[in-house]
Amino acid sequence: MHIADGYIESASVLAGGALLAAAGVAIGLRKTNYDRLPQVAVLTATFFVASLIRVPVGAASAHLLLVGLVGLILGWAAFPALFVALLLQAVFFGHGGLTTLGVNTLNMALPAVACYYLFRRAFRCNGADESRRSVFRIGFAAGLAGFALAGGMTASVLLISGNGFESFVGVMGIAHLPLLIVEALVTGSVVVFLRRVCPELLAQPGSPRIESSTTHV
Amino acid sequence: MVCDTFSQHDSTIHRLDPRARIIVAFAFAVLLAISTSILVPSIGVAVALGAMAAARLPLAATAKRLAGVNCFLLILLVFLPLIASGPCLFRIGPVGYSREGFLQAARISLRCNAILLTFTALLSTMETSTLGHALSHLRLPQKLVHLFLFTVRYIDVLHHESARLRRAMKVRCFRPGANARTFRTIGYLAGMLLVRAHDRSMRIMDAMKCRGFRGRFHVLTHFTATQQDVVFVLASLTVILVLAWMEIR
Repeated sequence: MHIADGYIESASVLAGGALLAAAGVAIGLRKTNYDRLPQVAVLTATFFVASLIRVPVGAASAHLLLVGLVGLILGWAAFPALFVALLLQAVFFGHGGLTTLGVNTLNMALPAVACYYLFRRAFRCNGADESRRSVFRIGFAAGLAGFALAGGMTASVLLISGNGFESFVGVMGIAHLPLLIVEALVTGSVVVFLRRVCPELLAQPGSPRIESSTTHV
Repeated sequence: MVCDTFSQHDSTIHRLDPRARIIVAFAFAVLLAISTSILVPSIGVAVALGAMAAARLPLAATAKRLAGVNCFLLILLVFLPLIASGPCLFRIGPVGYSREGFLQAARISLRCNAILLTFTALLSTMETSTLGHALSHLRLPQKLVHLFLFTVRYIDVLHHESARLRRAMKVRCFRPGANARTFRTIGYLAGMLLVRAHDRSMRIMDAMKCRGFRGRFHVLTHFTATQQDVVFVLASLTVILVLAWMEIR
């Protein structure tokens, strides 16, 4: 779900996207100290690789986006992480675009950060209700919200850049509905798995252990 | 991984200063992206083809990359004119093929191809680490450059890890299909990748601390601009300015 070069000809949309993305990246970098950098990088690389995994949807197959999961694990660091991932994709695979890098980063990272704020509490507070089902539900909701928000933002960017894409956006929206469900189901399973195997990964961005580690190396 | 398809050759472009290539490619792309005429993107495609020839890009790989975006552009070329209003080029029964819509779709296609070719010729022809160092010289935040270089390093490692896990699944007769079981299994696969990556990153941090990492990579390759680079930048700037003038006029 990224916009290629050349589709948006409105300079103000491109510049606005770039500025907002730059602000997000700046906040993300400020919240990430050098201690945590290798971790963010390895997770960025993981999301890059995971997005290459093909999932069958009916007769066709799709790629995972994992926006919600990125948000849950990285918090604000999602901005620099997705910026780097999209830059690499654009330069070395020709997917997405470089003039639209700002817009694409914003479209993916802002939903991720939204998911972080929406669902991080759910993981800290539900100590009483640790059943597999309830954890899956949170993951499902995060996957759904992340993908839907990212799709909605991409659609609105295409609409406000006003190129007569209205009906295209509608068709693409309908075509993405099955993917939305798949994304939510997969995110749900990932969250169930992580909760069991490596719970510290999910509560991390705001956890005191990481934030207060001021021992600067 | 597949990242180095274009960087393993030698040509005039490969020898140019990476900083100059980044600046020129970006300026050119921005101009093309916001141009509203059809002439400027057409010239852009021609210039980009020139750059492609100068970079001696492998034809098959370039064609494959272009084919990807052009599939979607083809759909756009067929359908955008059908839904756009305005005077028609021709009619098939009740549906008119709008001139306005066709121009719109053609402009998008030309822009998209020209920009993609330019980036392929100028940027994809440098190694990932070189790109990272060049970005650092161009005053991108140090942390972002670190993140970039680290990520590049680990994509390869994790790609192998992912391939290994998927091989293990295949050996155990996993056959993906559109069903709940597959989605759950793929979720566990992604989760396992994340867990292993997390463990690995902890080990990396410890190892780096042991070796005295103080939050700084020392850039060893300092670029020097040669006469060739100056000529390249001046020539490209001239082209860009001429195109910008045509656009405004």
